Amino acid sequence: MRETAHLVHDYLRSSKRFPHIWCAGCGIGIFMQALIRVIDQSEYSKDDIVLISGIGCSGRLPVYVDFNTLHTTHGRALTFATGIKLVNPRLKVLTVMGDGDAVAIGGNHFIHAARRNVEITSFILNNNVYGMTGGQTSPTTPQRVKTTSSPYGNIEPDFDICRLAEAAGAVFVARSTVYHTRLLERLIGMTLKKPGFSVVEVVSQCSTHAGRFLELKSPVEMMKWQKENAIPVEKAKQQSEAELEGKIVIGALVDRERPNYHEQYQSLINEKAKV
Amino acid sequence: MAGCRFYAGYPITPATEIMEIMARKLPEVGGVFIQMEDEIASLGAVIGASLAGSKSMTATSGPGFSLMQEHIGYACITEVPCVIVDVMRGGPSSGLPTQPSQGDVMQARWGPHGDHPIIALAPSSVHEFFELTVQAFNLSERYRTPVILLVDELVAHMREGVILPDEDSLEIEERPHPTVPPEWYIPYADPGTGVPPMPAFGDGYRYHVTGLYHDIRGYPTVRTDEVEPLIHRLFTKISKDYDRLQWFDSFETEDAKITVIAYGCVARAAHRAVQKAREQGLQVGLIKLKVLWPFMRRTVSRILENSQKVLVPELNVGQISREVKRVNQSRCEVLTMNKVDGTPINPSEILQKLEEIYP
Repeated sequence: MRETAHLVHDYLRSSKRFPHIWCAGCGIGIFMQALIRVIDQSEYSKDDIVLISGIGCSGRLPVYVDFNTLHTTHGRALTFATGIKLVNPRLKVLTVMGDGDAVAIGGNHFIHAARRNVEITSFILNNNVYGMTGGQTSPTTPQRVKTTSSPYGNIEPDFDICRLAEAAGAVFVARSTVYHTRLLERLIGMTLKKPGFSVVEVVSQCSTHAGRFLELKSPVEMMKWQKENAIPVEKAKQQSEAELEGKIVIGALVDRERPNYHEQYQSLINEKAKV
Repeated sequence: MAGCRFYAGYPITPATEIMEIMARKLPEVGGVFIQMEDEIASLGAVIGASLAGSKSMTATSGPGFSLMQEHIGYACITEVPCVIVDVMRGGPSSGLPTQPSQGDVMQARWGPHGDHPIIALAPSSVHEFFELTVQAFNLSERYRTPVILLVDELVAHMREGVILPDEDSLEIEERPHPTVPPEWYIPYADPGTGVPPMPAFGDGYRYHVTGLYHDIRGYPTVRTDEVEPLIHRLFTKISKDYDRLQWFDSFETEDAKITVIAYGCVARAAHRAVQKAREQGLQVGLIKLKVLWPFMRRTVSRILENSQKVLVPELNVGQISREVKRVNQSRCEVLTMNKVDGTPINPSEILQKLEEIYP
C-alpha cells in the first residue's frame, strides 16, 4: 500500500482531472503501472523521461504521468521521438503506441525507426483491435474473426509485430502479456538499458470490443486466455511452428548490438564541426 | 544565421537542393540533419526537435507539402515553432515537377483541416529568400507558430549575386522562455501577449503537449469555456500584430492609374513591365507582396482606393486575386492574368496587358 501511495503521489499528475478514459478491465492501466514501477527503480529522473504516444486508447497514457509528455498524431509518435532524441540525446525517449497506431498507419515509421536505430524505446500495446473507434479490424486481428469492419470475418492475415521489428533491425525485441506483470516489468527494465531502437510488444485485452469477437466475455477470461496461451521463449524454441500456432511466445526474443544513429551522428559533428 | 540547427526532410524536386546543403552545413555548426522516410515523418521530427529546444525546418514541394498538412495543423494547435519551405511546382498531384507555379497559395492558407491561423511569406529574389528565411524563423519563434515560405521553382532555382549581411547585424528572435520556477509554470496560460512561454523538454518543466483541444495546463478538454478561448487566442496572438506584418515593396504607385499586385517570380516580371510602361508614359505602379498570409488587407485596401484598375498576374488560376477581390468590395476594377502552362509570365506579357487595359 505504502509503495502504491508513493507511486501514485510521485508519478500521477495531481493537476490532471481523473478518472482516466479507459474502460473497466482494460489492460493499459496494468502496463502504465508496470512502467512507473520500473522507472521508479531506474536511474532516470522524471525530467529525463520523454513519453510520446500516437492516437487511440494507448495515446491517452502520457497525459496521466508526470514526465515530459507528448500526445502526437496517429501513427507518428516515432517521428517526433526521432527529432527529440537527436536534439537532446541525454533524454530517455519512450513511445507508447497501439497495434493499429504502430503497424498500420505508423508501419512505415516503425520499420524505418528500427532500421535507423535511434535510441528509442517502443512499447506497443497490442489488443488486436481499434478500440477507441469501436472495434474495427487491425493488422493484428486474427484471421476469420468478425469485427465491426469485417462483419463477414476478417480475410487479412495478421502481423507478428516482434518478427517485423526483428527483420527491420530493432536491437531488442520482447513480448509479454499484461497478465505476466513480473515478466513485463523485467522486460521494461531490460529495454530501458538498450542503447538503440527497442520494442516491447505488450499483449493486452480490450474486453469492450476484442473480447466480444474473440468470444471471451470478461476481462478475467481474457487474462486467463493470456495465461493459458503464453509460452516462454525458452520453451517455444523446443516446439514446432505448428505447435506454436495461436500461442503467444513471451520473453526477450532478440537482444543484439548495432551502432546507433545518434552516436554516429555525434561523431560526424565532432569531425566536421568548425571551431 | 537564423539559428536553425535541425533539418529533417525527404527528397523532392524542385526543393532537394535545400536538403543537400543542410546535410552538408548542419554538422559543421553542431546541428543535426536527418533524411526521413517521408514528408509526414520529416515534419514530425522537425516538431519534435523544436520541442527539444532547437530551431528547426524542412523543405518540400507540392506532393510533400500535401503530406505535411497533418503536422502543420498539429504545430498550429500545439504552438510549436517551425519553418516549412514549399517550393511550388505545377500541380495537382505529381503535376509539373520541374516547372514554376504559384498554385499552393490557398493550400498554405487552408491545407490543414479546421480553423487555424497561418503565416506565409513569398520571396521574389535570392536575397529576399535569405532575408525572409531569417524573418520566418523570427516570426515562428515570436508567435510560436509554423511559418511557411512559399517560393516558386523559378526563385528557388535562381542564381544571382547577393551580399549577405554581417551576422551580428541580424536581429534574431527566440521563443519566450518561462521565467517562473517549474512548479508555478502553467504551459498554455496567456501571459498577456497571447504567446505562452515555452520550455524545452528536459529543462525541468514537465508538461503535456497534445493535438487535442486542451486547457491551460495542456490537458485534453471538451469544455466550451476552455475550447473557445484557445482557438480565439491562437488567432489573436497573430491578428493583434497585423500592422507589423504589412511587408511589401512599392514602385511608382503614387500617381498610378493601374497598380499591379504581384509576388514571387511574377513580381520581378511585373517590375520590368512597369519600368517599360513608365518609359512609354503610362502611369502604372507595382506592389510586391512579401507576406501572403495573413493577407495584407490594409496595404491592398490603400491601393484599391487610389487606383482605377488593379491587375493581379499569377501562376495559378487566380488565388491571391480572389483575396484582392474580397478586399476590394467594388472600389475599383480588379483584373486577373493567369498562367498555368508551366512557363513563367514574361515582362512583355504584362506590359501588353497594361497597354490593353490602360484607361
